[in-house]
Parts: sequence; structure tokens; C-alpha cells
Amino acid sequence: MNDMDIANSAPADRPPGPASPDLTAAQPAPAQGIRTRKSKTTVRPGDRIFLGLSRGSGILLLVIMAAIAVFLTVRATHALSQDEGNFLTTFEWSANTDPPVFGIAVLAFGTVVSSLIAMLLAVPVAVGIALFISHYAPRRLAAPLSYVIDLLAAVPSIVYGLWGALFLVPHLGGLYGWFDTYFGWTGVLAYHDGAARSLFTIGILLAIMILPIVTSVSREVFRQAPKMHEEAALALGATRWEVIRMAVLPFGRSGVISASMLGLGRALGETMAVATVLSPSFLISTSLLDPGGGTFAQNIASSFKESGETGKDALIASGLVLFVLTLLVNGAARMIIARRKEFS
Amino acid sequence: MAKRIDVSGLSAFYGAHKAIDDISMTVEPRSVTAFIGPSGCGKSTFLRTLNRMHEVTPGGRVEGKVMLDDENLYGSGVDPVSVRRTVGMVFQRPNPFPTMSIYENVAAGIRLNGGRIRKSELDGVVEKSLKGANLWKEVKDRLDKPGAGLSGGQQQRLCIARAIAVEPQVLLMDEPCSALDPISTLAIEDLIGELKERFTIVIVTHNMQQAARVSDRTAFFNLAGVGQPGKLVEIDDTERIFSNPSVQATEDYISGRFG
Ligand SMILES: Nc1ncnc2c1ncn2[C@@H]1O[C@H](COP(=O)(O)OP(=O)(O)O)[C@@H](O)[C@H]1O
Ligand SMILES: [Mg+2]
Repeated sequence: MNDMDIANSAPADRPPGPASPDLTAAQPAPAQGIRTRKSKTTVRPGDRIFLGLSRGSGILLLVIMAAIAVFLTVRATHALSQDEGNFLTTFEWSANTDPPVFGIAVLAFGTVVSSLIAMLLAVPVAVGIALFISHYAPRRLAAPLSYVIDLLAAVPSIVYGLWGALFLVPHLGGLYGWFDTYFGWTGVLAYHDGAARSLFTIGILLAIMILPIVTSVSREVFRQAPKMHEEAALALGATRWEVIRMAVLPFGRSGVISASMLGLGRALGETMAVATVLSPSFLISTSLLDPGGGTFAQNIASSFKESGETGKDALIASGLVLFVLTLLVNGAARMIIARRKEFS
Repeated sequence: MAKRIDVSGLSAFYGAHKAIDDISMTVEPRSVTAFIGPSGCGKSTFLRTLNRMHEVTPGGRVEGKVMLDDENLYGSGVDPVSVRRTVGMVFQRPNPFPTMSIYENVAAGIRLNGGRIRKSELDGVVEKSLKGANLWKEVKDRLDKPGAGLSGGQQQRLCIARAIAVEPQVLLMDEPCSALDPISTLAIEDLIGELKERFTIVIVTHNMQQAARVSDRTAFFNLAGVGQPGKLVEIDDTERIFSNPSVQATEDYISGRFG
């Protein structure tokens, strides 16, 4: 994802006015007689080799992509043609029975809901940490803090999964009980005991997992906020927070959106951590705290080994849906960023 | 509305490096004072000590006293934020907020200072400030368009409108025309002549003619050599500085015999 160049192309340094009138005049006129043939530029073997290499690898990449796409589509179509249920609405995944009955409703719900919870929890915290590092913390503290956050990104997801299952799940029951007491009436936050292996727990775990990437991208964007606009705000008598509100956040908005989308991309596709923590079921519960549910990636990981031919094809079909979902998320992010273009 | 500035024994540092040394001067209310001098002699640094912007730079430190009428800007318990609300600043490069409309740019300072304010009242202040910056006629039909879409000269006048909207006592300008074409420069010079009726104005300029045209008083700064702190050589009526300065170095600089 080219999140960084979105950040860079964002607002700011449009040089005001005529930069320097004699800039063009200062450039030396092309010396006469160095190149005699006008249209033909010099080509050396190195150029030819490099051109061949880069063109070749470009083509190779496209061929590989096309091959993957064809393979996946063929297998998925095969599965869909056998499906006795409705692929979009069926609350069941029995792809290895004869006839096979499977649908992605529960998986789509679980994937989207757990990822949204993760975003809601992670993005505000990440933006807060990023601002603290870029604009509040003294340099002595900012550097180690950034380092620790970046380090979090290097923890393998299975480790998060183990931590989630062994620490988070046993400790969240109490919190969920409290939610149930005060917000149980909403239905969404009702909790009927049992292990906290629910979509909400997954959301919390995913939030922790995407926190580093969202934080570090946001931090870099905030760091690049132009000094001249921060000084403009300061000179008007802005406090530190007001400087951030006037000159840093507006500048960083598109960067934070792309950072969040990076995080969302990871959350949507996260496999091992979810598979380790969730107790899957093919029901959609109105309560996010009760155990059950599933996600695309978790379902693939959990059922792939025991699947027969059709079962595997069905999983591939669900994987394609996840792929489309990720594409849509990216498209939406781009649209949000583009809409603000006039002012940046 | 306009206050007298009285600086005594002021030095400013970047970390261990002393950028200006022991400067004392008085700036009269409702006058224009120009700072001239070679690059690196500390004009910008000194200007930024007058609204406590210098200390925003990492390692920035100030010794000495700056009195605004009878309040010491560097007194203990003085909030730098409130100092900057009283002493406005216009920068070398026009810097309207790129994500804000023309209207929002002018209103930005008031929103900070006043908190809540009625829309009709705010409209009035925005119009008055844009008129005060001689920009109203050019932008009144597109107040909701981005400020960054204006020409360089218009952007700089927008920044002036933004600065005067909060009714400061003093207006500091750091080479406000150096990024502008001659026509825009003239527009801003005219504007400075009008603004001095209401504000105490201090302007740094590289352009000797500009200093002669717009200012009542001129201060010449110089430095003994690379790495040395800048010093105030003399401050006097502009006419005198440009016709018959009391220090030889000033005359050399003004007549271009500066080496
Ligand atoms: N941010 C900074 N950090 C360290 N030194 C600085 C900084 N800004 C200016 N200086 C130094 O302070 C001195 C005065 O600079 P400045 O006030 O910008 O001069 P002028 O505006 O007269 O050209 C110079 O020696 C310059 O190198
Ligand atoms: Mg300067």
C-alpha cells in the first residue's frame, strides 16, 4: 500500500508566489555540439539490461497474478456450483457433506464486526500515542517509546493468539459481567457467562495487534506537519493542543485514514490469533460478548486440514470474498482521501 | 491599542550558541520600525524574542527584559500564549492554513481567543480584518474557498488579516515581502502605512529601499564575524540612518560598501 506517498502528497509546501524569477535564467543553456543526432539518446548495454530486467519482472508479476486469479476463480466456481445452500445468506458451513451446504453470512458478520471493534478501539489510542510521541514527549522519551511500539509489530501473531487465549480470555469475564450489568439492556453488550471467546475479545486482541502499524504511520505523518503552519498557529496564541488541532491533525488526516486502512487490512485478514482465541459457531449472536461467530481467515485455518476437495474449494471461495472485501475497504479509503483534496 | 516596546539587555541563544548579544532599544507605539542588517546577524531571532516565539525552537533561550508598556514579557508567571495573542506575527513565507477556507483562516485566531462568538459578530470581524488588509474586494465572493488558492501576495495579506483580526497591540513582520513580486510588495507596503495608525509595527527587511519607504525608525544590526553573536549597531530616525548615520559601519552597509 502506498500510504506514505499519500501522506507526502498531502498538503503543505506549495511555494508561494514566484519562487525566484531568475531561476530559469540561471540554468545553463544546452551546450552546442555535444549531441549531434537530435532525437536519438545514447543507450549503453547497462541501460538495455536494466530495461529488459525491469520489463521482464513486471510482466512476470502480471502473469503470476493472473495465474493465481484464474486458479482461485476456477476452484471457487466449482464449489459454488455444488452448494445446496445460499452462498451469501446460509448460516452453516458443511462443505464436506453430500450435498455440501455452506454460506458466508456468519463469517462476513464476524470478520467485519471484529475488525470494526478493533478499529474503534485502536485508532483513537494510536493517534493519541502518535501525537504524544511527535509533539508532546521530550526527545529522550519519544525515541524509546517509538522503538517499543515498533517492536510490538514484530511479535508473531500466534504469540498474540496464545496471550489472548491464556490471559485475555480468563480476565475479560469480569469486565463483560460489568458491561452486562449496566449495558446488558442494549442486547449488543449482554453477556451470559461462559468463556469470553467472543467477537469482542477478538476485537480487543486485533486492536492491540494493529496498534503499532497505525501508530507508527500516524506518527510519521504528524512529524511531517509543516513547521510554518504550526508556527502560524502559535503566533496567533494557540496552546499546544490548539496547534495540533489547527495545523497537525488537518494535515495528518489523510495519513491517519490510510494508516487505519492498513490496520483494517491486517485485522480483516488476521488468522492465527483469531483461530486460537475464538470458539467458532455458525450462529450470529446479537450479543458481541457471548462466545461464538467466526471470521473468513479463522474458518479457513480451522477447517482446511479436514476438508475434502469440495470443502477446500468452498474455503477458497470464501477467501475470494475476503479479498474483495479488502479491495472495497481500500477503495473507500481512497475516496475519503480524494474528497478532501481541494483543501489539502 | 498600540503599546510601547522597551527592550533592555536582551540576549538570545540556540543551545550554547549566542545568536544576539545585549540588545536594548525602544519602539514607539503607532510607528514602524525597520530592522536591517546582513544575513545571520540575528534580526529574525531578535524579532521572535518579542513575542516569545524564540523559545519554541528546541534549545532556544532568552536573557534580558522586554517591557510591553509596563509588563515584562519574560516576567515569571507570564504565559507565552497570552503574549502571542498580544503581539501578532507575519512570517517570511505566506502560511495560511491549507485546510481552512479564507473565512476560517481569518477567524482562526478569534476562535482561539474568544471561544464562543456569534456568527454575525464573527462575520463582522472577518470583513473588517480583510478590509484592513486590503483584501476584501478580491475575496469577498469566495470566502469559502481555500486560502491556499490565492496568489502569494494575496496569501500574505490574508496572513496579515488573520493576525490583525485578534486586535494585537504589536505586529511583527519578518521579511513579509521577500517571497513576493514587486506589485504585491507595493500593496503590502501601502498596507503597512495604513496599519501603523492602529498598531506598533516592527518589520525585518532585506530591502533597503523598503526600509526607507515604510519605516519611521531604522535599526541596523551587524555581527563581528561568523559564529559571533549579532549586535545592535544603532537605531535612529530612518531619515537620519539613510542620510547621515552616526556609525561608519551603518553607512558602509547602506551604501553597499559592506564587506
Ligand atoms: N533554529 C536555529 N537553530 C540554531 N541556530 C540558529 C537557528 N536559527 C538561526 N540560528 C542562528 O542564529 C543566528 C541568527 O540567525 P537569524 O536570526 O535567522 O538571522 P537573520 O534573520 O538576521 O538572517 C545565525 O547565526 C543562525 O545560524
Ligand atoms: Mg531572517
